[in-house]
Amino acid sequence: MSAIAQPAGGVTGRARSRPGVGTVYRWELFKLRYQKRTYLGLGAAALVPILFVLAIHFRHDRQGGGDFAFASYLTKSGLVVPLVLLLFGAVWLFPLITALVAGDIFASEDHNGTLKTVLTRSLERWQIFAGKALAAWTYAVVAIFISGTVGVIAGCLQSGFNSVQTLTGTIVSAPKGLELVYLSLLVYLIPITTVVCIGLLLSTVTRNSAAAVVGTLMISLLFQLIGILPGLGATVPYLLSTQFNAWQGLLRQPIDWSPIIRAAWVCAMYGIPALGTAFLVFLRRDVAGG
Amino acid sequence: MEVRGLVKRYGELAAVAGVDLTVNAGDVYGYLGPNGAGKTTCLRMMLGLIRPTDGTVRLFGRDPQASVHALDGVAGFVEAPTFYPYLNGRRNLELLAAFDGFDARERIEEALETVELSDRAKDRVGGYSHGMRQRLGIAAALLRRPRLLLLDEPATGLDPAGMRDMRLLIRRLADEGITVLLSSHLLAEVEELCNRVAIVRAGKIVYEGAIADLKRSAGATYRLSTTDDQRALAVCGAQPGIEDVHVVHGRIAFTADDAAVAELSQALVEAGALIQMLAPEHVTLEDLFFSLTEGDGAANAEAAAVGAR
Repeated sequence: MSAIAQPAGGVTGRARSRPGVGTVYRWELFKLRYQKRTYLGLGAAALVPILFVLAIHFRHDRQGGGDFAFASYLTKSGLVVPLVLLLFGAVWLFPLITALVAGDIFASEDHNGTLKTVLTRSLERWQIFAGKALAAWTYAVVAIFISGTVGVIAGCLQSGFNSVQTLTGTIVSAPKGLELVYLSLLVYLIPITTVVCIGLLLSTVTRNSAAAVVGTLMISLLFQLIGILPGLGATVPYLLSTQFNAWQGLLRQPIDWSPIIRAAWVCAMYGIPALGTAFLVFLRRDVAGG
Repeated sequence: MEVRGLVKRYGELAAVAGVDLTVNAGDVYGYLGPNGAGKTTCLRMMLGLIRPTDGTVRLFGRDPQASVHALDGVAGFVEAPTFYPYLNGRRNLELLAAFDGFDARERIEEALETVELSDRAKDRVGGYSHGMRQRLGIAAALLRRPRLLLLDEPATGLDPAGMRDMRLLIRRLADEGITVLLSSHLLAEVEELCNRVAIVRAGKIVYEGAIADLKRSAGATYRLSTTDDQRALAVCGAQPGIEDVHVVHGRIAFTADDAAVAELSQALVEAGALIQMLAPEHVTLEDLFFSLTEGDGAANAEAAAVGAR
């Protein structure tokens, strides 16, 4: 073994930058590129719209539309496809895709035993937490927009880039419809961000990737269940599951902002405590294992 | 590095029960103790990974619990070094260099060369052997250009050649001016590499100081064989400064200091018991370690501490 040239130089060279949240964020995104779950989630986000369009193609050839919002327009405008996916994806698809990374991002460090490795470098714990949380959120954003974009493309190939009828019956042009689709995706990110926060909480608390992913999905499904239980109707506006429909306010003429505003504060009500608890747990925990 | 009154309790269990130790610049400091003695917990507290229940750690005067800046100039690993298995060796080092900041990235090639992993740097760490991971752990530590290196059983699990290489590497790094705290089960390795040791038992330090002082405190033991051992026994028993005289495997054994041994030699000749063999018995660190950590270790520790003073 050869000797290293300057082994004992100490802490000189401070002119160079100390790492920060951006460093962690960039490396977390880089690491996601090497993990199967990333491709599983993004692949599902891309594949489901294609399968959905194929199903529409064969189903409508034989039977015609269903009884859900925009159903009658599925064969008239491809722009409706991503919107219908937002409706159905809220049940488990998008929470699951989101949880795949949010639930894993801290737990996998425990699993690999790498937490002690990264915590003994030059980054404070809060910086590592912030970088990882941002990376998990970025992945969720990418997944939603991939799903939306693939839905638009596949839908337009199937039904054409045509005008869309809003929920109040107004017809909007195709370009305006496309704008509304992407605005809807943005509004959809409000509850998705809350799912990210819940995933991060379970990831830090359970330190177990599978438990955190499944737990996040279970919580999401629990909200759906509460929403349909008899006698709990008064809670519906304040359930996380309800906020997944807030984007529909954009599809009204004039735009109804009230569900979007409510989604913002209701989701904050769930998300901020979850994120704050995850942050404190990560900051204060003893790293006795990984 | 200064550790004062360090305590870590898990409920009723005290994993570390009041550790005091000082590692001076230039030391190669051995940290010894049986399994479960609290060595790794102590190292984790030194690196800021675990919060102490009580006590303080100061690394170059800074508290690792207060800020990660206290780890500037400090590197090492606790238990086995760990990496992202799906990234290759170089990528892992690039990530850690980025997390170190400053000019750490520029030392990656040099560090890989130092631990002889340049050829395997493009392979995924998931396919590395235990020894290769240990070496990559050293390389990761060197990226920080440490003044203090904390190594937790770096040779554990290595084959004999790997252990030898690791020993040589630590020696080389120490020769180049890095202060090393070496936690190890390998007493021969510690005896060979370290100038000072702390021996921990059940979460408490039972000896801290120079290995040479520890050996001296144990007293020099001699073995004697003469032309007339019966007469020699009687001479030994009557000679001032010759203590603990007994027979082991047909030879006389006793403890004494150098001056008393010289006088004994003359007395034996005058008594007609001609010396055939008079030799000091080599006391190993292992002997001392077991005497301090097994049985009535507390009493032994006190004796050792008094002797060392």
